[in-house]
Amino acid sequence: MAASESYPEELRYHSEHDWARIEGDEATLGITWYAQDSLGELVHYEPPDVGATVDKDTAYGEAESVKAVSDLVAPLSGEVLAVNQKVVDEPETVNEDPYGEGWLIRVRLTNPSEVDDLLDAAAYKRLLEELA
Amino acid sequence: MPTEAGLHRTPLYEHHVELGARMVPFAGWEMPVQYEGVIPEHLAVRRDAGAFDVSHMGEIDVEGPRARELLDSLLSNDLGRIDTGQAQYTLLTNERGGIVDDLIVYQLDPCRFFLIVNASNADADFDWIRERELRGSDVRDVSDEYGLIAVQGPRSLERLGLEEAPAFTFAEGEIDGIACMVNRTGYTGEKGVELMVMADEAGELWERVLARGVKPCGLGARDTLRLEVCYPLHGNDITPDTDAISAGLGWVCALDGRDFTGADELRRIKEQGPEQRLAAFVMEEKAIPRQGMPIAEGGEVTSGTHSPMLDRGIGMGYVPAELVQPGEEITIDVRGKPRTAKIVPKPIYKREEH
Repeated sequence: MAASESYPEELRYHSEHDWARIEGDEATLGITWYAQDSLGELVHYEPPDVGATVDKDTAYGEAESVKAVSDLVAPLSGEVLAVNQKVVDEPETVNEDPYGEGWLIRVRLTNPSEVDDLLDAAAYKRLLEELA
Repeated sequence: MPTEAGLHRTPLYEHHVELGARMVPFAGWEMPVQYEGVIPEHLAVRRDAGAFDVSHMGEIDVEGPRARELLDSLLSNDLGRIDTGQAQYTLLTNERGGIVDDLIVYQLDPCRFFLIVNASNADADFDWIRERELRGSDVRDVSDEYGLIAVQGPRSLERLGLEEAPAFTFAEGEIDGIACMVNRTGYTGEKGVELMVMADEAGELWERVLARGVKPCGLGARDTLRLEVCYPLHGNDITPDTDAISAGLGWVCALDGRDFTGADELRRIKEQGPEQRLAAFVMEEKAIPRQGMPIAEGGEVTSGTHSPMLDRGIGMGYVPAELVQPGEEITIDVRGKPRTAKIVPKPIYKREEH
């Protein structure tokens, strides 16, 4: 069952429709409700390797629906601590719960000051309004 | 009527928007790619019944004492194999044996035939046939006069209150009082019909079909359904530069003693054996093949998707003929990563018989 549209206040957002949940010097990353809705039901998640480095604003993996493939863009730089195996096995988890069970990777931030470049929920929602 | 962007809309456009469909440009038309989602729509057709607006497809009416003679000179299959009330899958071929289009011809009477052709080729097909028109054959593009609704799935006939009939036959009929031509054809590998209706009654027919519990389905599911059963898509798997023999469509080319466009070339290819063949494959690794991806052994993917029934990547592509054996492994370049696939017999998906 697809989730209904939401953009939680406690998350920070990247203009490529990714979110970050910051916890000290670590962050959990995923894609926004808008991103999963645009793609449709996900059928494949190509994650990075644990231990790999991800760079802000560049692709760290891929998400595919039946019709389309989309790069996953890192909102922050860091080292991959964990990959969500549940999404590898059941990619539709992202559609069902994009901010919870459908998280994609967990990283240790290499440049925590990059967080200041991200959007808050209100600014991200304004961005979506401009896209509409 | 074309929109500002130059796209055509079918008589069902407003109905799609009202149902919340995601509309996309396709072959010059603004079409629903999905309503609820590709996967639930796909499953509805495999398990129950789904309806597709295929009004974008072209209809060409060929009539006259020499209509049959004209079509015999242009189409690969033998019209002598069908009678009035029957239909036939066939190809419009060029001098090189390439495929101008694949289509279904319906014999209305011995002097009148109806061709239902791909939307993307409708104008080219019409021009092709028109340029070769004979005195005594009248060729008309009647695409705007009709709506076309495909209703497909194991419960499609039951839902519509229709009796069983052999595949590739057609007859006048009605659904809830709306007159239509009931064609026993389709593009999903399931039992079903394609209903041809006057354009101004298409909306009403669509509403009646859905009211009978048939799920609206978009072009996304149409593509995954046809690829699971290895029906070729013109523009992807077959083109004016690919021939029928290499595409595995020799069975719709009646080559014995016939002289349609490109027949000599097709006879030559058949005799020598094609260098490449259109093969079906299933991914052995987690990856989704897409059109245009190179195949390491030679050739490229012409169609690829995620199969909802197999829950795996599937596709078709031209590979060296000697490799086209079930079980052979090929390697597909998935955005720079080599991924293994296995050649399988067609169709990729076969419904389980009980």
